[in-house]
Amino acid sequence: MTDMDLDDRPARRGWHKRIGPGGWAGTAVILFWALVALLGPWIAPHDPGATIADMPYAADERLLLGADYIGRDIWSRIILGARTTLGLALAATVLTYLIGATLGICAATVGGWADAGLSRVNDVLLSLPNIMLALLVIAAFGTSNIVVIATTAVVFSSSVFRFSRALAMNVMVQDFVEVAGIRGERFPWIVFHEVMPNIAMPLLSDFGMKLVFVMLFISGLSFIGLGVQPPTPDWGSMVRENVQGLAYGSYAALWPAGAIASLTLAINLVVDDLSARSSRAITQTMG
Amino acid sequence: MWKMVVKRLGIGVLMLFAVSLIVFAGTEILPGDVAEIILGQSATPETLKVLRAELGLDQPAYLRYLFWLGDLARGDLGMSHARNVPIADLVAPRLRNTFLLAGCVAAIAVPLSLAAGLLAAMYPGSWTDRAVSWMTLGSISFPEFFTATVLVLVFSIELGLLPPISNLRGDSGPGEWAAALALPVATLTISLFGQLVRLTRATTLNIMNEPYVEMAVLKGLSRRRIVFLHVGLNAFGPIVNVVALNMAYLVGGVVIVETIFAFPGLAKLMIDGVQTRDLPVVQACAMIFCATYVVLILVADIAAILANARLRHAR
Repeated sequence: MTDMDLDDRPARRGWHKRIGPGGWAGTAVILFWALVALLGPWIAPHDPGATIADMPYAADERLLLGADYIGRDIWSRIILGARTTLGLALAATVLTYLIGATLGICAATVGGWADAGLSRVNDVLLSLPNIMLALLVIAAFGTSNIVVIATTAVVFSSSVFRFSRALAMNVMVQDFVEVAGIRGERFPWIVFHEVMPNIAMPLLSDFGMKLVFVMLFISGLSFIGLGVQPPTPDWGSMVRENVQGLAYGSYAALWPAGAIASLTLAINLVVDDLSARSSRAITQTMG
Repeated sequence: MWKMVVKRLGIGVLMLFAVSLIVFAGTEILPGDVAEIILGQSATPETLKVLRAELGLDQPAYLRYLFWLGDLARGDLGMSHARNVPIADLVAPRLRNTFLLAGCVAAIAVPLSLAAGLLAAMYPGSWTDRAVSWMTLGSISFPEFFTATVLVLVFSIELGLLPPISNLRGDSGPGEWAAALALPVATLTISLFGQLVRLTRATTLNIMNEPYVEMAVLKGLSRRRIVFLHVGLNAFGPIVNVVALNMAYLVGGVVIVETIFAFPGLAKLMIDGVQTRDLPVVQACAMIFCATYVVLILVADIAAILANARLRHAR
């Protein structure tokens, strides 16, 4: 009898059992790079700015991944670069959500002219390729970390606006929102107690995907020389600095590019795993 | 239906105006003005005044916008500040190269991804589906410069088959062109593949859940016939849209790929313009890229309207 009681409570299963092998592998890689970013200065074997090898792209037994184009340690620069790359991407994605989700939820809940105006402006922004807007802004202002974060946030906030507005719209037409209105609840209460909890989960999984796009975008800007400026170690600019070495058969550009690839792959694995499992959970509960 | 097409065309024209305003505003938000940038350290109040008058900077912004738009409409892109040559002469050969690159990518990536997406949707959960989903995962995760680096290391350095950079001149023969295009096209195809396959698969699966598909299954039709005739025709509109929207990824990819392979294209010209703060060049290139994109989306929308059988018969 007790067996049947237990079987009737699937929700009691531990959350860790719902993560697949891909999700675990992804989480492990993300944790690894997060630790590297946090501990950076204490675990780097060499000074990221110091020239150690005498020859460009030299293979040196002191250097794990060899030397870069002016003889600096690539592994140390990757370790220190993790902080720049992850930090910039995270800051830009958070700012993207602050702008996009706030405006999107406002547009959906306030409605009327505010919604129409914001949506039209957003349509125009969405109709431009992201990189073009960014290049225009950087052409006008020049580049710095602040400009890169702000530009990326503005560029990506348009898709977050659209997504969060659509989600909030769906909630706003539900009966329980109408009931809350009739009950005499104030507008902010409805937004924070009825709308927000119901759109938090899909927004969160979208956050993971946006983080990947933003990281690729900022690394791309650094790669073309318009993002993080030397001598700050950053994965995108490290690829740029060492890409000339490709022609001489140097693998120096591969390591930072591979670091970015490993991290974006890991985040995508986790996002895919979560969304696959949550959709399976939904189909299970529906019958 | 025609009413919808005309309405969509009108929105397209409005979009183009909005885009031109944004591109123009890009130079107006700039601290200081173009004259200060050109003269740099050697600026004196007198020379600044003369140059401003010469460039028409002493006129109000809305007039300069209208002049700029008028010149643009006549195909006059203005003068490059950094190189002091007409921008049209700089743009023309590079525009051709970039269109060639993008055209090759579209010609290879689109059929390949659509086939893979349909195949995966035809047998969901099968080994084919899983293999395709692993490939798309790699494709959407890896930055273009990672794919390009790996391709160069394999095909140029280890195997010695293809040049690591696209060394093109006006008199390069077709063989040199093909060799120069191979790796850039491969890189962009790989990066576009994932997005296209994912969206094609999702769109097709959505349609597969429609009642009329269930009806076709119950009638005993073959899976292939259902996917290609019943689903394929209805998926046409959404898939054309997916393809057009992905051209935005292609623009982003072109910027990276032209840099890594030193490919003499429009994006490379634009990045050089951003680095030297040659704003007229940046404006012209941005306008060409954005206008092409807006027109592509417009064509896709109209194709989707025309392909939708429900809209073809006016009520």
